[in-house]
Amino acid sequence: MSNGATEAPTPVPASGPPPSKDLLVAKSVSKVFGGLVAVSDVDFSIPRLSIVSIIGPNGAGKTTFFNMLTGLYKPTTGTIAFDGKSIAEERPDRITALGVARTFQNIRLFATMTALENVMVGEHARLHAGLFGSLLRLPRQRREEREAHEKALEMLDYVGLRREVADQLAINLSYGDQRRVEIARALASDPNLLLLDEPTAGMNPQESGRLTDFMRQLRDERKLTILLIEHDMKVVMGVSERVTVLDHGEKIAEGDPQSVRQDKRVIEAYLGKQ
Amino acid sequence: MSTLAELRNSRRANWITGAAALLFAIVFPLFFSPLNGFIDRSVIALAYVVMALGLNVVVGFAGLLDLGYVAFYAIGAYSAGWFASDYFSGANNKHGVHILVQGKAAESSLSHTPTAGIHVNFLIVLVIAVCLTALAGMIIGLPTLRLRGDYIAIVTLAFGEIVGTIAVNGDQIAVPFTHNATLTNGQQAISPLDPLSLPILAEFNQATNIRPYYWVALALVVFTLFVNFRLRDSRLGRAWIALREDEVAAASMGVPLVRTKLLAYATGAALGGMAGAFLGYYINSVNAGTFEFSFSIFVLAMVILGGLGSIWGVVVGALALSYINYYLIPDVFNDIPSKLGLDFSLTQLSFGIFGFLLVIMMVLRPAGLIPERRRKLELEEGVGTGETDLYEVRA
Repeated sequence: MSNGATEAPTPVPASGPPPSKDLLVAKSVSKVFGGLVAVSDVDFSIPRLSIVSIIGPNGAGKTTFFNMLTGLYKPTTGTIAFDGKSIAEERPDRITALGVARTFQNIRLFATMTALENVMVGEHARLHAGLFGSLLRLPRQRREEREAHEKALEMLDYVGLRREVADQLAINLSYGDQRRVEIARALASDPNLLLLDEPTAGMNPQESGRLTDFMRQLRDERKLTILLIEHDMKVVMGVSERVTVLDHGEKIAEGDPQSVRQDKRVIEAYLGKQ
Repeated sequence: MSTLAELRNSRRANWITGAAALLFAIVFPLFFSPLNGFIDRSVIALAYVVMALGLNVVVGFAGLLDLGYVAFYAIGAYSAGWFASDYFSGANNKHGVHILVQGKAAESSLSHTPTAGIHVNFLIVLVIAVCLTALAGMIIGLPTLRLRGDYIAIVTLAFGEIVGTIAVNGDQIAVPFTHNATLTNGQQAISPLDPLSLPILAEFNQATNIRPYYWVALALVVFTLFVNFRLRDSRLGRAWIALREDEVAAASMGVPLVRTKLLAYATGAALGGMAGAFLGYYINSVNAGTFEFSFSIFVLAMVILGGLGSIWGVVVGALALSYINYYLIPDVFNDIPSKLGLDFSLTQLSFGIFGFLLVIMMVLRPAGLIPERRRKLELEEGVGTGETDLYEVRA
């Protein structure tokens, strides 16, 4: 991998303790759209190398929260720190460069680019060729392009796509393959934190199960910390080490899957009051 | 099923076709007399190819609809007007400023005294034009950064009109330190310009032979093609297309929107400025009256007719519309209506003819004469998942 320097320390002897146990810390984050409070005063953190879920009924503010973590929205109030650096005011591309990657609820691939090109766009923050470099195409740029190309193929292979898929336009791929390309594209930016927005939407139980295994594999092999928004309770309960429940923009519960499942407010939020 | 890999193989065939076309383009003027009217139209057509390829970077690659492209034609042409003519005759206490120029540009042929005004070598003028227009391109880009789609078109349209209006009224704007010279000469035009001259070669003489102008224009086209191909197949080109497809996703994947958009505007503008400076030399006059909105539309029509984002398509589109507008309509078919007993000439209908052609095109080949390979694949194979899966929500 190209960015050995920025990667999380390998879990060999922790000679110098990492700066913080948590990779991401959000403090009293709110987002107000006009009169609508989409997210209200949420405290949230993600421990390193964990898999954490956010759940909640539709319109609970989950995706809004995601969009604040990735810089698409600026929080109205509150702070967000990633790896010790404040990112609440940063641009999305800067946050990606720092090591946060995401997928979208409604797949947002670049429709008329091939699967391979999509993944290469994911590498954008790790490449350096500028206007004049691209024009002159010096040996350095040639090598960079070649490596970027190889890495993209590697990523597609890693998410389990056949070689033929690489040169297909994203729009012509099957739904499942599009989901995989989106994950490959996110991985291509060498993230430390991967945000998955309803990754199992539209999948059957077998596919969801495989994706769950894949998330663990990502965490273990690539040293990733994963945050997911998910509706499929089987996936949430199976994979998460911690679950945060949002309702009407407020955090109503947090804890391990078992305790959240039995929380009275959570049951109310999902099923209504008795 | 044709994949991109197969298309890439056919790209080699494209290169061979391209080389053959280039060879033909080089020898082509030798079959005509040195002052032939068709060569004259071809010089104009080639300059338009450069313009259209420049606009293609902005509209075709990056998907930013630019309706003010005429601004860059104007700024490029004025770069030539200002720095390669007697216009600023007060410069250097009326002794003139001469930078790497020789012949008529440096010395008056009658009195053998140095010419007044600023006279700079053609290649340096091109560089000046490129720098000024790239800067102007970024200035037009800045206010559009927060806008999308149609709104960008409106802002750029206004920018084109502002530059055009400044050009027309520039004869009222005094430029400091130039002994009361004005910014432009308005509708009076800055004319004549220096004859074009290149290092080593003898000074061009438009009165006896226009072939050298043709070859210079062809060289500019080749340079522009090089820029287009290199950029399209680069990190920057991928970022432009990603931006065109989905701005939010592009930003989330690490593409800096501001920088990437401004580079598209600057590149497109710089190519337009280069062609503008050349046209200034070739037409031998820089007249504010020529920088009209219809020019922007004309170049945009070339890009759309050829195929948005398709480099060869845009070349064909630009050649087709230029020859129709400057050769077929005025020179070949112009008197057809009068032969039929009608009392108008075809030139009066030229916009109607363009409109008709565009409508026909949109029906027969909606993606352009030579569609961009991406759009071609999309149209051929775009079944199954459909676009709705990819574009449901705009954050």
